[in-house]
Amino acid sequence: MAAAAVLLLLLLAACPSPGRAGTGRERRDELREELLLSPLPTGDVAATFQFRTRWDADLQRGAVSHYRLFPKALGRLVAALGVRELHLALTQGFWRTRFWGQPPLQAPAGAELWVWFQPTVTDVDKAWKELSNILSGIFCASLNFIDSTNTVIPTASFKPLGLANGTDHHLLRYAVLPREVVCTENLTPWKKLLPCGSKAGLAVLLKAERLFHSSYHSQAVHIRPVCRDASCMAVSWELRQTLTVVFDVFSSGQGKKDWSLFKMFSRTLTDACPLASQSKVYVDISPKNKEKELLEVTPPPTSVHEAVVQGDKKTYAVYDLLSPSLFNTSRSLNVQLKWKRPQDSSEMPIPVLHAQRYVGGYGLQTGEICTLIYNTHPYRAFPVILLETVPWYLRLYVHTLTIITKGKENKPSYIHYQPAQDRRRPHLLEMLIQLPANSVTKITIQFERALLKWTEYPPDPNHGFYVGSSVLSALVPSVIAMKDVDVEQSPLFTSLFPSSDGSSYFVRLYTEPLLVNLPTPDFSMPYNVICLTCTVVAVCYGSFYNLLTRTFHVEEPSRGGLAKRLANVIRKLRGVPLL
Amino acid sequence: MAAAAMAADEAERARGRRAALSFAAIAVVLGLPLWWRTTETYRAALPYADIDGLGQQPVQLVVPVAVVFSPGSVPGDLPSPLPFRDVQEMKISVNLRTSVTSRYEMAYRATTAQEEAALAAATAREADAALRPLQDVSMGSLTMYVVPETSSLLPQGTSVYVGRHRSALVRAERGLAALHARLRQVTQVMSFTATSITAALSDRVPDSRLSPDARRSLKSSLGYEITFSLLNPDPKSHAVDWDIEGAVNRYVKPVLDKLSLVANFSVDSQILYYAVLGVTPRYDKESSSFLLSAHSLPHVINPVEARLGSSAASLYPVLNFLLYVPERSHSPLYIHDKDGAPVSTNAFHSPRWGGIMVYNVEAPASPQASLPLHVDVDMARVMEVFLAQLRLLFGLSREELPPEFLLESPGNEGLADWELDHLLWAHTVENIATVSTTLTSLAQLLDKIGNIVIKDDVASEVYRAVASVQTAVAKLAVGHLHSAFQASKEAVTSSERAFFDPSLLHLLYFPDDQKFAIYIPLFLPMAVPILLSLAKIVRETRQRKKEPTKMD
Repeated sequence: MAAAAVLLLLLLAACPSPGRAGTGRERRDELREELLLSPLPTGDVAATFQFRTRWDADLQRGAVSHYRLFPKALGRLVAALGVRELHLALTQGFWRTRFWGQPPLQAPAGAELWVWFQPTVTDVDKAWKELSNILSGIFCASLNFIDSTNTVIPTASFKPLGLANGTDHHLLRYAVLPREVVCTENLTPWKKLLPCGSKAGLAVLLKAERLFHSSYHSQAVHIRPVCRDASCMAVSWELRQTLTVVFDVFSSGQGKKDWSLFKMFSRTLTDACPLASQSKVYVDISPKNKEKELLEVTPPPTSVHEAVVQGDKKTYAVYDLLSPSLFNTSRSLNVQLKWKRPQDSSEMPIPVLHAQRYVGGYGLQTGEICTLIYNTHPYRAFPVILLETVPWYLRLYVHTLTIITKGKENKPSYIHYQPAQDRRRPHLLEMLIQLPANSVTKITIQFERALLKWTEYPPDPNHGFYVGSSVLSALVPSVIAMKDVDVEQSPLFTSLFPSSDGSSYFVRLYTEPLLVNLPTPDFSMPYNVICLTCTVVAVCYGSFYNLLTRTFHVEEPSRGGLAKRLANVIRKLRGVPLL
Repeated sequence: MAAAAMAADEAERARGRRAALSFAAIAVVLGLPLWWRTTETYRAALPYADIDGLGQQPVQLVVPVAVVFSPGSVPGDLPSPLPFRDVQEMKISVNLRTSVTSRYEMAYRATTAQEEAALAAATAREADAALRPLQDVSMGSLTMYVVPETSSLLPQGTSVYVGRHRSALVRAERGLAALHARLRQVTQVMSFTATSITAALSDRVPDSRLSPDARRSLKSSLGYEITFSLLNPDPKSHAVDWDIEGAVNRYVKPVLDKLSLVANFSVDSQILYYAVLGVTPRYDKESSSFLLSAHSLPHVINPVEARLGSSAASLYPVLNFLLYVPERSHSPLYIHDKDGAPVSTNAFHSPRWGGIMVYNVEAPASPQASLPLHVDVDMARVMEVFLAQLRLLFGLSREELPPEFLLESPGNEGLADWELDHLLWAHTVENIATVSTTLTSLAQLLDKIGNIVIKDDVASEVYRAVASVQTAVAKLAVGHLHSAFQASKEAVTSSERAFFDPSLLHLLYFPDDQKFAIYIPLFLPMAVPILLSLAKIVRETRQRKKEPTKMD
């Protein structure tokens, strides 16, 4: 066995394969890139890019400072600040789970950042502050607005996704900036982290003017430690850059449901990134309702991959950009999707778990946050963890918290509530709720709107104040039994969340962000107040002053009062003798 | 009746006057100070006079030099018998206001028996090594050994040998004056020259007077980040590998260990793919190669710089060393200087930024060779160039020396002790100048904008910086280079901390006229009656003074 391995190494050294330089030394980092195209039930199409850089080195030891594929900026950050796991997502738009189905990776609108720190970090808050500032510099995003008023420490919702020994949640920080607008200036630094940039490989498709002309755009960076091999004796670091974009059938597709790479990105693929050890395009061609497949893809795929993804059996057409046969016939690859017959929109599958949230109530004093959680599984109940972060200026009344399922009260089995402190920290509400089969659960909580100081209002305060998405994490029972698969072999989009066992899969959903109106003052108010008080003071002062300094002296009645004088004038005019 | 009424009236009038006067008095004595105090910002006192003084403070650099005469080398015209002391001064004027005085405290003596034994060695290098334990080892001090004119210690044609540490061997001259001139030359090489001090104070020198060399060396800082980047614009044809880790440990680390006294260094490296230069090289048919001419080099860096990545995690200046492997369609690539001759190292450096070296890959013997071509970079060749550039960037060039000087190669450490001193002298002077500039502009700013809050901790940092600068200047004046440098470093830290303190930016600053305009609705109605009644009182008293004369 060992001899065979040595022989293999020697062979590798003798004939360098494309994409990896064959040296005697073992390559310690590798890059995999992948694009998943999935037609959505509404006729839109979702494209998910994943770039994974794996580095067989321990970033934490501090001795490592020589980077190859792993970007230096992020590597130094992880080493310098004692980061164990970092997840940053910048999103424009909202993933409509109800209509689009379960996403491979959802993110809340705006910016989301959650970080696990190493246990060796003594001052986590300071490291968190520094980290968000540096990230804001790297990604040109307003992450520097993350402070104690929007940071929470969830106890149950966010578990480390990578290797971890110990989950002391004091090392975790979570923050969402729902107001953040994502645009090209955030995409450019994100692309710069890729070893091939946007010069070769799948990344050539990332053309900003197309990506932002879409109904949903989400780009993310995930850094985590993973097992180096099956025995898990050593740690490797993984950087996953993902980008999900949904092209609208009407605005991008001119109303036709037929898609092609060129139609979506106005580019086609010509080669793989020469540094990548794997470069694949997957197209979701799963038949709906066990019928014959509806979708036709051209050119013919290099292979077909079947997998169980998120409780559903899926079929993928795979194009391997590293296989030489693909570019034999034509110089570029333009994957085209055609529907064989018109789709019936009534047979749209409804995802097992989805949710909805809105603000109720009227007036500017009180209100109500309502969350509806749907479990459409026909016969299985399952628990879900709900994380709600509400800014301090909406004062939650916890006694009004009601959870109603099928007309009955539903008692959460775990509840963690951390009340807000004005101008210091937000409300944090975490609950573990059991969702019965085929049910709708309604969670309501009332709040009162606080009055802010006049300098605390953001620009354009009449636009309203955002309340970040609430997070639902659940292990959803699978309809189909899943096999244990080797993570290294399966496509990347299946492997970020750890799957616990064959009968369920992990889902994290984000609800809509809310927009709440707060009573907004007239902003010339301070000046008006000063003017008004000054005037009142001046008037009081004036009469007081007058009273005190005026000299009074007794005056003999001489020509009578004003009335008499007036009467005399009139009499004079009339020629009548004066009084 | 009328008189009684008149008297009552007069009493009433007097009471009114008193009331008006007391109103005015309360407004002035109580109201105005109260308003002033409540709307005032907190401003801690700053040592403005001391800060002003820093700019004009004369800096005196004192170099203790020991001149040791070996038997047979003592010139005949010595002013007094050995040992004796002597002081030489030199004034370096930087601009009209600033000048630096250098003061060489020469101590002349004859060799001891041990030194004589050491000087009897066969070669200069051996003598230098043997003399090392016998010297004054404190930083900044120098020892010159004068050997007889006929000594075989120095090779033919050289009259000065500068060792690895803080000593030199000087061949004796005929007269004392000639020896003095020679000694002065050696001392300046080993400590500082007028140019190196001017370069350190380049902020204060008019631009026209600066040579390009003076602007090359890096600004003094508490730390530097050194980044080696391998640029591979064509990963499809070249799979380039470099053993940067080994090379850094072997070549760079010893130098940085020695330099760690001056500043903190961190070293890292990265490989950048698809990073291209901003200039398309010209094809030269004769040599069938591509050429980059000297005048196009300034355009090379900008597009690359965007890819280099900023060091988000620290604020130290970054030194970039780029190794560029040209793409296959543009190789071989050679850099040509202004005269059109190829540059032998195929490298160039950019002042205060770093260096770029072009590393050509030999074309494969057979054109059918499979791509990508595997390339292992010869790190010894590369690091030789980068280290030379690093020395240049720190102002440690060994070029401009007269031919009769022989410098011992620094060996494994990459840096001789006296070169380190050379850096320390320049950096100390520069730090002192930087601190005085920083504090002066801070004081000016705070003086100009009257409603910036000055917190106590900002003030204490300013005081600390001033005190440290004064210590540094005092230490320089007694020849303690190391402690002077430490003090100047502390001064830089404190002054930067004070200058960049976020509390200086907290308030919104309204112009004063707007601030007063807001209070007009209060001030105007209050001030008008007071002023009117005061005017009335004045008028009445004047009238009453006139009245008695009328009555008479």
